[in-house]
Amino acid sequence: MKKLLAGSAIAALSMTGVAFADADSTTACLITKTDTNPFFVKMREGAAAKAEELGINLLSFAGRVDGDHETQVAAIETCIAEGAKGILLTASDTSSIVPAVKQARDAGLVVIALDTPLSPIDAADATFATDNFLAGELIGQWAAAALGDEAANARIGMLDLSVSQPTVGVLRDQGFLTGFGIDVKDASKWGDEEDPRIVGNEVTAGNEEGGRTAMENLLAIDPTINVVYTINEPAAAGAYEALKSIGRENDVLIVSVDGGCPGVQNVVDGVIGATSQQYPLLMASKGIEAIAAFAKDGTLPQPTEGKDFFDTGVALVTDQPVDGVDSIDTAEGADLCWG
Amino acid sequence: MTDNPTTATADRVAEFDQGRKGFVHQVQHRLHVTPALVPLIVLVGSIAVFGALLGNKFFSPFALTLILQQVQIVGIVGAAQALVILTAGIDLSVGAIMVLSSVIMGQFTFRYGLPVEVAVVSGLAIGTAIGAFNGWLVSAMKLPPFIVTLGMWQIVLAANFLYSANETIRSQEIASEAPLLQIFGTTFKIGGAVFTVGAIFMIVLTLILAYVLRHTAWGRHVYAVGDDPEAAELSGVNVRATLISVYALSGLICAFAGWALIGRIGSVSPTSGQLANIDSITAVVIGGISLFGGRGSIMGMLFGAVIVGVFSLGLRLMGADAQWTYLLIGVLIIFAVAIDQWIRKVSA
Repeated sequence: MKKLLAGSAIAALSMTGVAFADADSTTACLITKTDTNPFFVKMREGAAAKAEELGINLLSFAGRVDGDHETQVAAIETCIAEGAKGILLTASDTSSIVPAVKQARDAGLVVIALDTPLSPIDAADATFATDNFLAGELIGQWAAAALGDEAANARIGMLDLSVSQPTVGVLRDQGFLTGFGIDVKDASKWGDEEDPRIVGNEVTAGNEEGGRTAMENLLAIDPTINVVYTINEPAAAGAYEALKSIGRENDVLIVSVDGGCPGVQNVVDGVIGATSQQYPLLMASKGIEAIAAFAKDGTLPQPTEGKDFFDTGVALVTDQPVDGVDSIDTAEGADLCWG
Repeated sequence: MTDNPTTATADRVAEFDQGRKGFVHQVQHRLHVTPALVPLIVLVGSIAVFGALLGNKFFSPFALTLILQQVQIVGIVGAAQALVILTAGIDLSVGAIMVLSSVIMGQFTFRYGLPVEVAVVSGLAIGTAIGAFNGWLVSAMKLPPFIVTLGMWQIVLAANFLYSANETIRSQEIASEAPLLQIFGTTFKIGGAVFTVGAIFMIVLTLILAYVLRHTAWGRHVYAVGDDPEAAELSGVNVRATLISVYALSGLICAFAGWALIGRIGSVSPTSGQLANIDSITAVVIGGISLFGGRGSIMGMLFGAVIVGVFSLGLRLMGADAQWTYLLIGVLIIFAVAIDQWIRKVSA
């Protein structure tokens, strides 16, 4: 009962999923951008399950909204004070968080970035993430192959994340264009391409509302758009609504990234042509394993060969497979989906 | 050329000054009588400028009606916000009430299998109830509206996430099982113009409220309470009932906005509308409604919302960075409040 009370007292201080630490056991922290996005909910489930299996106490923290930097810094400070062995972090602000991360590493904690690499990437001990460039490249290759010869005359709308160009959004965008066969110029930012097939870049905030407005704006610029890249599946669903309102939902190819369950269902229904699926549960469970290993004998996780991070894999989900691009069908995608 | 140029200029300047003073005074008077005039002029001016710069791309029935579609949610929520601000209050919980109402309409239908009509009425009722509770806290408990709605914003938003588990209800499911939820998204075309039920609703709602505020006793009471609650009380206005009714109506309108939101984005998404409170206050302020209460016209709010839409779409069509939109909106807000102060000074 005492344990429970202490747990709820801490939970009241905006932490969730607290199991109170015994003096000698390992404590790990999970800090996500929000605790409302199903992607992070899944991540927390993965971490919690693995922590229980390995007998690790898990403290979970989350920002209030995407971009809530202060709460994440406070969470890191709490973890240091708590004497945790390691932190799993999806940073809202990938560069501003670096001093706080350094503070934690100096205090002897291992810090692993999940999903979102820090800038610079080596500010964390390791990064467990989707290869977002590859995720974009797969849907780009798929779209080009699905259009065939018409790819040369494509009218492409790009629905990105936000004007601040976070790395995840840039990697997916530039990956898509590369896969489609377009020269991306500077691969560290989107919007500098000169290929006339690109109608424009619009930002969506990664939700339905933003996706719809952004698509409407692009259609006002050029109503003949026939290929739409979207940063994630909610934005894709919003774009589809905009196309539907002018009766063009059946002749535009929409591609996306994420692999959430509603997104995979939208592939089944033909809203999205193909989506690249990522695996948040795996990121979190691998992360907890890495912290356990570090706590035991100080081993640091190693990156995937040839990359500067540990790749948790990505798969193209579509019911219209094309030659030369590996994919899984929606039945398999639905088995693996999150959220 | 034999005239003394200095004298001539001095004379002319003096004359001009006098004429200008009279003209300025007239303008001030006109603005004081018709507060929606400034936003209307800005609106017409901005449409003309973007039309001249962009030609048919902007000045087409398609683009102009698209703006109405894009501002419909802010416009509807803005109507709720305008009512509250006219009573010298502010409502930070409008967006949260909107989203919770839309989630209730969706979840009551899909989780509990209730008839969609019942779910919609429940959503509207809960929105109204939250608004009425806000009104009760403001009028009976005498708590400042800013604090009450700041708290309610957090409470309602958290309730929304807890209740919905942040699950999205997909557009396709709604279309096949409960199309009534998407009724505000129904489009119809007149020539190249595309209208949605939601956009029409926004306009009709504003017209009705404009009439009610101007021509009914309740409407005059709203202005009176906003202008000077003590004087209103002394002259027989039931201030408490008026305030509760304003906040309740605001909640109801927000719930309608939630219904319209489902039509707009197709799906029921608990993460929508996060900035609706700020956007609606922006529309109200640009629309020339005084934050000090008691003055302004709800038509101004509609113009304010559309001005934001015109700038957003116009600047995007010109290929400008989206940040320029926010920068210009910021300039407009400060400009609008400065005008308001100026009118107050003259009328005093």
